Amino acid sequence: MKVLNSYEFSMRTRTGICDMKKENGSSENNKKSEKSMIRAVICSQEQIADQIFSMWLQADPVAQSACPGQFVSVYSSDSGRLLPRPISICETDKNHGRIRLVYRVAGKGTAEFSGCQAGDCLDILGPLGNGYPLERCPEGRTAFLIGGGIGIPPMVELAKQLKGRVISVAGYRNELFLTDKLEAYGELHVAVEDDSLYSRLRSMKNEHKATHGNVLDCIREHNLHADVIYACGPTPMLRAVKTFAQENEIECWLSLEQRMACGIGACLACVCDSAEVDAHSKVKNKRVCKEGPVFAAEDVVL
Amino acid sequence: MINTKVTVAGVELKNPVMTASGTFGSGMEYSEFVDLSRLGAVVTKGVANVPWPGNPIPRVAEIRGGMMNAIGLQNPGVETFCTRDLPFLEQYDTAVIVNVCGHTAEEYVEVVERLSDEAAVDLLEINISCPNVRCGGIAFGQNPDSVEAITREVKRHAKQPVIMKLSPNVTDITELARAAEAGGADALSMINTLTGMKIDVNRRTFALANQTGGVSGPAIHPIAVRMVYQTAQAVKLPIIGMGGISSAEDALEFILAGATAVAVGTANFRNPRTTLDVIEGIEDYMRCQKVEDICSLIGTVK
Repeated sequence: MKVLNSYEFSMRTRTGICDMKKENGSSENNKKSEKSMIRAVICSQEQIADQIFSMWLQADPVAQSACPGQFVSVYSSDSGRLLPRPISICETDKNHGRIRLVYRVAGKGTAEFSGCQAGDCLDILGPLGNGYPLERCPEGRTAFLIGGGIGIPPMVELAKQLKGRVISVAGYRNELFLTDKLEAYGELHVAVEDDSLYSRLRSMKNEHKATHGNVLDCIREHNLHADVIYACGPTPMLRAVKTFAQENEIECWLSLEQRMACGIGACLACVCDSAEVDAHSKVKNKRVCKEGPVFAAEDVVL
Repeated sequence: MINTKVTVAGVELKNPVMTASGTFGSGMEYSEFVDLSRLGAVVTKGVANVPWPGNPIPRVAEIRGGMMNAIGLQNPGVETFCTRDLPFLEQYDTAVIVNVCGHTAEEYVEVVERLSDEAAVDLLEINISCPNVRCGGIAFGQNPDSVEAITREVKRHAKQPVIMKLSPNVTDITELARAAEAGGADALSMINTLTGMKIDVNRRTFALANQTGGVSGPAIHPIAVRMVYQTAQAVKLPIIGMGGISSAEDALEFILAGATAVAVGTANFRNPRTTLDVIEGIEDYMRCQKVEDICSLIGTVK
């Protein structure tokens, strides 16, 4: 009994040492295995729309290296929920070493995250995956940033960082969010399919001049033009955006969503169909977490 | 000084901790988080004679205390494995165990023969227990006669020692273990995942496109420990124990029940460093319990 206790004690001590090492940075063994999960402190948490939450996290290593369109794996504090939740990065603040996650409560894991408060901690891993190619929209070019629903958040950091002209086209279901940010970093057009939200916006003078329709109706209504498209949203929207891009011969980059397990490319859970045999898998599919989540539209079959 | 070395089928491992097939790819992705040279062995994802595309998505679902998968043994085929993945693994000071899958005895043999020229392959693990492919896999693993026959056939062509990976989806796993022993197996891996089903009540459909999937994670740990214990009483072969290991304590249960080595699987998805935590935890335990040689623990609970 006594021996068992001392064993348990040593396990706790060791965990304590590991945590301290993490906080002090990886000065010692940064040769091969330099990436690691980090414990991020929540700086703030607020609900910004129905089921949509915004959380700023203190996560310096992630903030310093993240690119728009990348995601982090967020781990539940409940050991019964094993798998990380992949959440795209909405904004990064390199000066303060912080990242912002805007996410929808879709199940028990995200419900748990939404209940966390400033000062609480979450284990995260990232940044993961490949972001949007910023260099495709240099000064002098124009980009459509097309976001649908919970695909809107990654457009904020993208709008912030693109050198070219930004035209954001955001499609909302039942409530607007992040419009202030998208307006701050470019031109914003809002698309709303839902009748009740549309009539509500009209009664509020419709300050965003929302289009009653989808994101493509919005682009057509305002006769908008761009040289490159960056999009994130539900698959039917991405499919329509891809067709629109092909018809109009516009370069197009899509961010895909898929159920994941490891988040780093090992388990092969989150594959999507690819147009050609993939160099890594040797079959016609690609890993959303590793080769994606951002793909050239012509490389994937939706 | 403590000794953590164990020997499985004539191959010495620096410690008893390896990775469970299918959860670690060929180690490439995890090498960013874990120094592979610290592991007893890397067990690769299943390798077939040609590339396999795997199952439709969704391929994974979370359950309380675990997960389900129906990846369907997607793999790039043995040729790509030998020319790309194996040279990568060769850089590390760890044993390499290649998991072999096939639809027919001929396909298993084709892979085994291709691997027989590869000096970097220390051991073969024959997957006759995957619940997620229709022919092959589990079709070989649920009948003692076919287990004995496929073991004998593989042994006839194999240059490296052969580990047979057993399915828990049987009435009495010791019968299958005896059959593998009779066929000439050098060791056993157990257990593969348990066949399960999850239904998405909101969408009123199966959570996995394959309808059924393999259950893994902490939820199956006691079942796996029980099966390892029973099998250790029934056969003389060394056993590699796996199923729900996420801590040193979980691993030690297998060793005390009769396993010579252990494999960490699903827990890698929750924390990529789990294998190292288990190795360090076993060392702590040995120091606290004044155990000089890990081999003196194997099968001591009777």
